[in-house]
Amino acid sequence: MTKYSDLEYLRLSKGDKFLYRLKCFFSGIPLFFKNLILAIASAFKKLGLAVAHEAADLVNTFKNGSVPTRVSYAVMGFGSFCRGQWLRGLLFLLMEIIFIGYMILAGGYWLGMLPSLGLQGPEQVATTVTSLRGGTNTVYTTVYHDNSFRILLYGVLTLFFIVAFIYTWRVNIRQNKINDQIIRSGKKIKSAGDDMRSLVDNSFHKTLLALPLTGILIFTVMPIIFMILVAFTNYDGTHNGFSNNLFHWMGLNNFNEMLNWSSGATSYAATFGEVLVWTLIWAFFATFTNYFLGMLVAMAINKKGIHFKKGWRTILVLTIAIPQFISLLYVSKMFARSGIVNNFLMDMGWIDQAHLIKFWEDPTLARITVIIINIWIGIPYLMLITTGILMNIPADLYESAKIDGASAWQQYTKITLPYMLFVMGPYLLTSFTGNMNNFNVIYLLTGGAPTNNASSAPGTVGYTDLLITWLFKITQGAESKYYLASVVGILVFVVVAVISLVVYNLLPSIKNEEDFQ
Amino acid sequence: MSEKDFAVPQKRHMGLKASKIISNTSIHILLAVISVIWLIPFVCILLQSFRVESTYQVGYVIPKQWGFDNYANLLKTDFPRWYLNTLIVALCAAVFQTFIVLCMSYALSRFRFKMRKPLMRFMLILGMFPGMLTMIILYRVLADLGMTQANAVPGLILVYIASSGMGYYVSKGFFDTIPKSLDEAARVDGATRLQVLFKIILPLSKPIVIYTILTAFMGPWGDYVFAQYVSFGTSAGKNVAVGMYGWLTNDQINKFYTSFCAGGVMVALPVTVLFMFLQKYYVEGVTGGAVKG
Repeated sequence: MTKYSDLEYLRLSKGDKFLYRLKCFFSGIPLFFKNLILAIASAFKKLGLAVAHEAADLVNTFKNGSVPTRVSYAVMGFGSFCRGQWLRGLLFLLMEIIFIGYMILAGGYWLGMLPSLGLQGPEQVATTVTSLRGGTNTVYTTVYHDNSFRILLYGVLTLFFIVAFIYTWRVNIRQNKINDQIIRSGKKIKSAGDDMRSLVDNSFHKTLLALPLTGILIFTVMPIIFMILVAFTNYDGTHNGFSNNLFHWMGLNNFNEMLNWSSGATSYAATFGEVLVWTLIWAFFATFTNYFLGMLVAMAINKKGIHFKKGWRTILVLTIAIPQFISLLYVSKMFARSGIVNNFLMDMGWIDQAHLIKFWEDPTLARITVIIINIWIGIPYLMLITTGILMNIPADLYESAKIDGASAWQQYTKITLPYMLFVMGPYLLTSFTGNMNNFNVIYLLTGGAPTNNASSAPGTVGYTDLLITWLFKITQGAESKYYLASVVGILVFVVVAVISLVVYNLLPSIKNEEDFQ
Repeated sequence: MSEKDFAVPQKRHMGLKASKIISNTSIHILLAVISVIWLIPFVCILLQSFRVESTYQVGYVIPKQWGFDNYANLLKTDFPRWYLNTLIVALCAAVFQTFIVLCMSYALSRFRFKMRKPLMRFMLILGMFPGMLTMIILYRVLADLGMTQANAVPGLILVYIASSGMGYYVSKGFFDTIPKSLDEAARVDGATRLQVLFKIILPLSKPIVIYTILTAFMGPWGDYVFAQYVSFGTSAGKNVAVGMYGWLTNDQINKFYTSFCAGGVMVALPVTVLFMFLQKYYVEGVTGGAVKG
């Protein structure tokens, strides 16, 4: 396609401008993937160069290093001790002792078992017991051997630990190299006291981040890696890894089970597709209905000449305070067949006993109802957020528009809406992906109902189930196919990541962080 | 010029004024309707919590017989235990989570270190994984540590706190708006970074600290899914959300429907009161942080 210059672009009519931008976007897609592949390739190249550089540096440091530096290759922290940095030396030495001790005592076993995830499951051992009367009884006891779950968990932890150890070892050598250089140039080396002081001053961020990042590493990163690995095993209710059967590596089988389309409409893939489509529809409507209606309410409250502005706002804000599990569960019962809504409609004479509205039993109606109730949940938040931004729109824009004779609708479409979309682009994106994973609203309102009987997939999937609630249901019950839940989880990640990446690159309002400050 | 020519603009002016009055009145009515719709469920819960004549779901809202029986009945169930569990978890989470979030956001807002950008990008990507997935393993790890079922409270606290560093966006956005020149002036006068945090940044950050405490408290106060996972099978370890969810299942609802309403009022009350007083700070946090991100 032909590229226009800025001037040519500005001369286009409105429709042509839009078409041109659309064309640009689609013709940009191959380039995007090409760049992506190139970026990955160059990342690998960089990695290779970095490794080579590191290796060369290690050799050179050893060749040119002083005696303490050379000893530090085997005894970590030795160099630091020799130069009076006892704090660093102690930490290095401690790391080495703990690492070697751990690897000998436990790490070796976990690491060795990782490829097989355990060799011997629990077994029934029969022992013959002679009773007092002289007869013999056979007593069975269960003897537990390997535990796949722990092997996977501690195996991964051990790998983490090895990487951490190699990194520490490298830091230890680099510090010796720096110290050698400082001594050669005749300057003073930092003492342990200096180190301590720097932790509340120049390196204060290390102190601040240590605790939060450790928490994230252990309670978020580790579990995510573990669950990604589970997607490649057969870990489920009947292979729980310790008390019934061990689980083992399955390669890509699970992805095949989930995504194989060969058995048509009854395949898991069909269910997955249906749930994914509904998840996207839901996320779209949940995001944009809330956004526009929330903005409308905010504009109504902000309008000149409206009384009790604070009162209206307070009423809406207070509804945020009430925990969702109460309001959602209650509202779900309100819309039940014998609930208040149907009763009210009957009292008004609009429906009769035979024609109660089946809010939660008809698939389409249930889907519409959750979207509408979600508006009820979401408007207060959106009202708050948009109020702040609406007030930031320069008033003189409206003044000059009025002088030019713009109607209220024109002011809205030409000034308010573009401004809001520009500022709130990133928010809409996170809100969209957040809604895709909006567990609470769906689970507490419908629990996924009405059930989709056509589906053979585990987890009794229903018509209002999102991927995330389906994932949760798969892990429940005796069958609990954890490996399938992991596969779904990974696919959710892929979908969210792709949407975020594409939209993020299209958004005009990606502000430069430093500019903002 | 005849009189008629003058009359036209005047009439138009009158029309404008009239249409303004009409539009303002209709907006007032609209807002009143909205307020009613938004309040109906809560009013219904409140009214039905005082219903004495029956405990099951009925088609009318206003009780025929009023009384505090449902509230008294709560004491006969495990509700006080659940309430205490939830309170302990929410208070601990509020304190520690605020501490962690503030550490994290201050470091990411004020320091420029080599790993900063990669770290933030990494956490963004981590956030795209459905958190639900990690519950399976967290449950098993907590079970190994003996922190599930009846002992769910410490386990829940641990999990709520541990990953809270991921939610640094709002407060980082706030710290970013405090001019860096303040820090630099203090540093020139010889203050360490630690002193800058306590003597300069924190005193200026009251709204965001309160916002963080408030949201950190409200999360566990109403959390259902992880609490359900951890307290699975026992009553003693449940929080209010899990416990009361059980009251609305098909075989329990006829016995506990009004208890649910009474319990709901008890759960909603403290947060609503907190909100009444701290509304200003909550609004500031939401409007300031959500967009700057």
